[in-house]
Amino acid sequence: MPDKPIEGEKRVFMTGNEVVAWAALAAGAEIMYGYPITPQNEIMHYWTRLAPRYGREFLQTEDELSAGFTTCGGVLAGRKAFTATAGPGNTLMQEPMSMAEAMRLPTVVVIQQRGGPSTATVIYSQQEVTMTTLGGNGEGLRIVYSTANHQELFDYTIKAFNTAWKYRFPTFILGDGYQAKMRESLTIYDPDIRGIELVQAEPFLGKPGVPGVDRPPTQLRNTYNVEEELYEVLEGYFKDYEKIAPEVAEHEAFGLEDAELVVVSHGVVSRACKAAVKELREEGVRVGYFRPITLRPLPVKALRETAEKVGKFLVVESAQGQLARLLKEAAFGCPVEMLELFKPGVGITAEDVVSRVKEITG
Amino acid sequence: MAKAVKILLAGEGGQGVQSVAEIIAEAANEEGREALYIPNFGVEQRGGVSIAYLQIGDEPIGAPKFQTGDIVIALSDRAVHRTRQYVGPQTLFVYDSSIEGIDDALPTQAKKILPIPAIEVSKKELHPRVFNIVIMGAVIKATGVISVEDARNAIEKKLGYKFEKNPQLRELNFRALERGMELVAQLI
Amino acid sequence: MSVQPAMPKSWRVDTKPHKFCPGCGHGLVLKALGQAIDELGIQDRAVFGCDIGCSLLAWDFFNVDTIQTHHGRTTPVITGLKRANPNLIGIAYMGDGGGYAIGSQHLVNAAARNEKITVILVNNTQYGMTGGQMAPTTLPGQKTETSPYGRDPEKTGYPTQGPEMVAAITREGAYVARGTVANLRQLKNYLKKALENQMAGNGFSFVEVLSACPTNWRTNAEETWKMVEEEMPKYFKVGEIKVPGGQKEGEANG
Repeated sequence: MPDKPIEGEKRVFMTGNEVVAWAALAAGAEIMYGYPITPQNEIMHYWTRLAPRYGREFLQTEDELSAGFTTCGGVLAGRKAFTATAGPGNTLMQEPMSMAEAMRLPTVVVIQQRGGPSTATVIYSQQEVTMTTLGGNGEGLRIVYSTANHQELFDYTIKAFNTAWKYRFPTFILGDGYQAKMRESLTIYDPDIRGIELVQAEPFLGKPGVPGVDRPPTQLRNTYNVEEELYEVLEGYFKDYEKIAPEVAEHEAFGLEDAELVVVSHGVVSRACKAAVKELREEGVRVGYFRPITLRPLPVKALRETAEKVGKFLVVESAQGQLARLLKEAAFGCPVEMLELFKPGVGITAEDVVSRVKEITG
Repeated sequence: MAKAVKILLAGEGGQGVQSVAEIIAEAANEEGREALYIPNFGVEQRGGVSIAYLQIGDEPIGAPKFQTGDIVIALSDRAVHRTRQYVGPQTLFVYDSSIEGIDDALPTQAKKILPIPAIEVSKKELHPRVFNIVIMGAVIKATGVISVEDARNAIEKKLGYKFEKNPQLRELNFRALERGMELVAQLI
Repeated sequence: MSVQPAMPKSWRVDTKPHKFCPGCGHGLVLKALGQAIDELGIQDRAVFGCDIGCSLLAWDFFNVDTIQTHHGRTTPVITGLKRANPNLIGIAYMGDGGGYAIGSQHLVNAAARNEKITVILVNNTQYGMTGGQMAPTTLPGQKTETSPYGRDPEKTGYPTQGPEMVAAITREGAYVARGTVANLRQLKNYLKKALENQMAGNGFSFVEVLSACPTNWRTNAEETWKMVEEEMPKYFKVGEIKVPGGQKEGEANG
């Protein structure tokens, strides 16, 4: 029996990609399938170095379709399996994750967003929000955590495995090239010492006994003969999703009590927004901060409560309104004006946010 | 509340700007301070100027990249051209005095411009290999983000295995650090 | 009173009669596969993966754990499963479109990596489920919905030589054969050897099966058998192509 990957806890200084590899180990991930694409490559690099020490496996596949479908296969065999990708790889990943949605497979996928459309840049963006939350030819039956710093990258990668296996919806960690490549400090830990119970994986296929003799065969499909058959299955899924959504949804906010304008952002951009809002509040500007941590499902209740009482949202993102579209849907009917600071594929600084807020507040 | 110090280092591949940023960031982290370091990478980096964005403070750091540095260090002519955009009225702009033909490219809005003979000093007095440690000395003198002792400890941690084999290297590196600090001290 | 034909033990009785068209070759291939599973006693360890196309209709065919996947993606799903639990016997079942067109990269790379899985590819020279379009395996001159004047090899190439390709890119340890629904004894033998090869941990095993689609071929029984027995073998040579360390079927001893 190999030792635990992390004994107790320790403060470390590392890149986000290395954080993901350690978190996956700590979460009990047993196998990673992956295909090279920048900026997620070092997740595989660290995983392939660490995994053999702890009896874990890796397979480099021929493309992201295969990385996604082998991940589905690993999960079907009852193993905590994951993959990581970005950009055009995420586009291909939507096909296998659509199957995971259709069959309720607890896959975990880490996305490190890069510029788009197409090959664009290998650096950074928040342009994979629409695709990661609602991709594939489906209805978004998935869970997406958008992390903002390395501590969260560690915490939520562990959580993603638990969420996936507990609720049986494919689960995504939505990071970006900055988070992937930057180094900052965090505390990594053995989930045990924090009282985090790891949800056990179990096989879908190949359970003990002879099918048809000792037990019925497990036969999973994603194809249906008639419309009603599909409808019935989906109705069940939507009911489940609706039930778990309030449990799963997470957000972070401050300064809402007196705010006339609330800055809404997610992921790494929320770092700049948080700094800007703090600075502005110190100057006496009545501005608040709201950040959905789950982009799917969104924290709809908290969002609508905020949208009911403040006049204006300033939506800040490194994309041309991908978060804004989700917010508009969630806050539909609320008397809130949606203003924007969009910089698709480009980083956003606290200075950018401060000057945009001042432009609005005058 | 003191804001994080924003440091931008830029140079050609092989000049060691990334390793300098990493050593300083790790030293600050060891001190229990907040540090964030991000390189430019990928296609942007291949064949281009190597840039390191480094921030050190006492509160969690905001956005990983920034528009204006508190100190911007350019170590080649291309780096001077590339980093002008990061210079504001409060920026200390440091460049190597041996870079020729860049007088017109130097930023005009900087708070202060410091030419330092780091390349020459490392080549003539020390060893070209410790050029990046000279730069490291310059950075910590100009910003005070870490103490000399912590800088030494960080170098020891990073290169200790080399010092084991050749103790003279330790002296060489520590002297490079001192010289880098002196180069800046003379000008400030 | 009709006589009930003997079904393999591993067949799931309550889903019979099966869903394939009259005269379809799938039932015959799955019968040979069922017999092979029975004889090897692997009903409890086998996982059957089926593709999109007519092969998907086999999703509840056996008393064997089954996963119906996407078009062309059965190979990676079974690869992922086998990698995660090597005790299982992974069977990827697909058509010629799934294996040689949309999923060709998966077939090529699984073969090149010598994945310890068994791929069974049913070749009926066209896309059956979608209504009879040209496939990589369509014969020269053969009329399909997307080659209504007959396949012109100058414009669309010659039929893909799948097993030959797989044999060329696999190393020692792989098992590669082409069987036919016109010879079920031989086919069962090939499928059994392919599964045994996986069980022994030797390497990749691949069996293409020449099969019939009278519905889209628009052929009667006599024409159907003529196609399977005479026309198809002109382009697709039946027999074992690669056998690990051993002798191919029919080769003399000594």
